[in-house]
Amino acid sequence: MEVVDQERIIGVIKQKYEGEILRTEMLYDFLTITLKKEKIIDIIRHLYDHPDTSFKFLTTLCGIHYPEVNQIAVMYQLHNLVKNERLRLKIYLPAENPTVDTLTGLFPAANWMERETYDFFGVTFEGHPNLIRILNVEEMIMFPMRKEFPLEDQIRQDKNDTMFGRN
Amino acid sequence: MEAVKRDIMLGEKPEGLEGAGFFATRLEKVVGMARKNSIWPLPFATSCCGIEFMATMGAHYDLARFGSERLSFSPRQADLLMVMGTIAKKMGPVLRQVYEQMAEPRWVLSVGACASSGGIFDTYSVLQGIDRIIPVDVYVPGCPPRPEQIIDGVMKIQRLVETESLRRRDSPEYKKMLNTYGIE
Repeated sequence: MEVVDQERIIGVIKQKYEGEILRTEMLYDFLTITLKKEKIIDIIRHLYDHPDTSFKFLTTLCGIHYPEVNQIAVMYQLHNLVKNERLRLKIYLPAENPTVDTLTGLFPAANWMERETYDFFGVTFEGHPNLIRILNVEEMIMFPMRKEFPLEDQIRQDKNDTMFGRN
Repeated sequence: MEAVKRDIMLGEKPEGLEGAGFFATRLEKVVGMARKNSIWPLPFATSCCGIEFMATMGAHYDLARFGSERLSFSPRQADLLMVMGTIAKKMGPVLRQVYEQMAEPRWVLSVGACASSGGIFDTYSVLQGIDRIIPVDVYVPGCPPRPEQIIDGVMKIQRLVETESLRRRDSPEYKKMLNTYGIE
């Protein structure tokens, strides 16, 4: 992405939400903007409406767990289909009670993505019409993609070293 | 006439008394022979083992040679449940319901590492072997097993079917075994 385009996109956010930007960086030729969590939905709506950006397509949305800082990030990836530009927005939430407003009001496609993020990371999306588990079994009591939960199923007995002639 | 007869392989007849115009044997043996050569399998295929099963059903390997020409996609008419592929924990109740819908006598063949033990998917979302929810008669190892191995598994099932006592399914041992899986 050209520097002019980066500055144009960042400029659109700065017009109304100057103080919300925490960091901007280019990661693998992908503009990534870290924002404060409070006005994230307003900012995405602003980027959607503004003629200079018109990010009218939500490519994806997901959670990321950072155990070293005890935070859970939510990542939004937007796409401007006219100019073929992509943008990544990131917000950080405390791992104890990660809560953010829902994006379903703007993008109905966010419905299942937010359910998935809730399912795997336990992020609560306030105002979501149906925030229940989507992929895992309903009885599950953990949020398996958080790093404190072991990935492996704890009932396996065939993976000890004696099975492989080691001791 | 002689040439035609040589081309046809006849199954071995069970032991019994033979005389002019009659043949007497045990009912159990006749029933076992009939069941063995007309097993209707229900393929429960979820992943790559299912692809190997398709090859097994195809012309080259042709499971129909063993009397399993007719696949039963309804559990109500099936004799053999063939579980082929990874069973996620969320699918566990579905598999169990399919098993419960099958009429006795019923057999279960677990094909491949995933169905037998979870395989490489040692993770929170995958059932670590279908024998945690339903009883299994024969396990076929492999990831995925070749059609020859699946045929070998089916032949082992045939052996079980042939030799099974007619009273087995009514025995208290069998009911007790089902009860350990929580099946009435």
